[in-house]
Amino acid sequence: MAESMELRDIEVWDGNMAASQALRQVQVDVVAAYPITPSTPIVENYAGFAANAYVDGEFVMTESEHGAMSCCIGASAAGGRVATATSSQGFALMVETLYSASGMRLPIILNVVNRAIGAPLNVNGDHSDMYMGRDTGWIQLDAYNPQHAYDLNFIAFKVAEDHDVRLPAMVHQDGFMTSHTAQGVHTMTDEAGFNFVGEFKPMNDMLDLDHPVTHGVQTEEDWHFEHKARQQHALMTAVIPKLEAAFDAFEALTGRRYNLVETHQMEDAEMAVICMGTSVETAMEVVNELRAQGIKAGVVGIRVFRPWPMERLVEVLKNVKAIGTLDRSSPHGTMGMLFNEISGSLFNTDTKAVLTNYIYGLGGRDLTKAHLVGIFNDLKANMDAGKPTTPLQQYIGLRGPKLSFF
Amino acid sequence: MLEIRWHSRAGQGAVTGAKGLADVVSTTGKHVQAFAFYGSAKRGAAMTAYNRVDDAPIMNHEKFMAPDYVLVIDPALVYVADFTAFEKPDTVYIITTHLSTEELVASQPKLEGKKVYTVDCIKISQETIGKAIPNTPMLGALMKVSGMYEMDFFKENMIRVLKKLPQKIIDANMIAIQRAYDEVK
Repeated sequence: MAESMELRDIEVWDGNMAASQALRQVQVDVVAAYPITPSTPIVENYAGFAANAYVDGEFVMTESEHGAMSCCIGASAAGGRVATATSSQGFALMVETLYSASGMRLPIILNVVNRAIGAPLNVNGDHSDMYMGRDTGWIQLDAYNPQHAYDLNFIAFKVAEDHDVRLPAMVHQDGFMTSHTAQGVHTMTDEAGFNFVGEFKPMNDMLDLDHPVTHGVQTEEDWHFEHKARQQHALMTAVIPKLEAAFDAFEALTGRRYNLVETHQMEDAEMAVICMGTSVETAMEVVNELRAQGIKAGVVGIRVFRPWPMERLVEVLKNVKAIGTLDRSSPHGTMGMLFNEISGSLFNTDTKAVLTNYIYGLGGRDLTKAHLVGIFNDLKANMDAGKPTTPLQQYIGLRGPKLSFF
Repeated sequence: MLEIRWHSRAGQGAVTGAKGLADVVSTTGKHVQAFAFYGSAKRGAAMTAYNRVDDAPIMNHEKFMAPDYVLVIDPALVYVADFTAFEKPDTVYIITTHLSTEELVASQPKLEGKKVYTVDCIKISQETIGKAIPNTPMLGALMKVSGMYEMDFFKENMIRVLKKLPQKIIDANMIAIQRAYDEVK
């Protein structure tokens, strides 16, 4: 039986330690991992917990990230609670197996510490890997600070393992900006944390020898489409109600509230920025300062990236007159993902909001409060003019000549 | 909001120092943030670490900082690093050096007219801990200069922060912290 760990009510943890502690508290059966900066400490800490008898489950070191996720798939199909962590190129190497995990409906939890993807080589944070995951069929939750990285892991296990869902889930946090930034984290006791998620209940597990099943079958044209339709049906209809129920239950337990879409000062906002990760919180602080000057600005943070919370976004954006979408990933040949997703979400509504796109923070480049003030100045001009006064896509914080497109 | 920037070389313990300080401050009910900027730098490379302290939750995640305190824990960095970047008129400098404050300011004109304190954290750590790990003594100096906490309270909490180390190393760190507190000028 695993040893219990005494935690203070508030521990000063970075995002990696917060994720490691959550994995320990839910008592994962198998963690199979291959280290990569900046997610390495998640599995390194966890291996330390395992070596010091705080964990009953297995810790498996694999030869690559492809091997790590393959091992997770095997363990999950066998009927265990399973998790791992990765970043960047490691995530890229996992991609093939990510589709297998979701297609086989295996509720694996993957902590993704978001990092730039080379070339050029860069260990720092941006959202390239998170964006790469968006068609893999996984649930994707986004943390803005170490507290969220801790809390969202519990919520991810609870929802992913629900028998009405049975889909894998990623918990994202910003490389270094969250993963290596220590902040106060309100903890749960081991008992409370475990009980929130509960005992793992296997379904169609391969080790249930009385009810033999096959996983990873070949279907060809005959059944592939129906399988994918059922997968999409689960992702589109089952996940959001379960997430909302989990958010409610988590609030009842801890007092901390999570939402599909996080909003700040949006009740009467005339203009808003939409972003993800640590940028959401920095933008909230900027909005507080702008509000003190009488400027009706707001922030929308994407908490649940997949499934895309379209209805909620339409609701929170219905009265704004100018929207800036902030993408921390190089769009390579088109508009940023958030610009495209928000455009698609709002196209059939009555909105007349002016929508523009900002590419920022690639490879860990700082997003300063001054940058955000500049963006809100643009949005104010767009709102007053009723049309874009800037190019649709601008680069923020880039050295050299100003870069913009469309 | 209180903001502190550390200038260090990778391996000298600035990250541990910043996180240790955050841990101690957090026990008093304040909100803290500790982070570093080093990328994939190698041991010995110049780097910076940061602390933010506030009564309200800290939402700001920008790396940009106009610091209230600048802590330099490697003596050579005052000549090679941009340690006065984004300084404020009342930024306080605490610098590890074997020089006196007057000698240091004479050797680095950027410090003229600034609030400058000096302490030899390298020598203190070598003589107490047995290695040039100047992070904990710098925290002792910071306690003296800032008046942030009583020494007994601070040391009691640092013992908890360092609890995974062998007892004799913890004891040596406490002596180092006290010496820097007493010797900073």
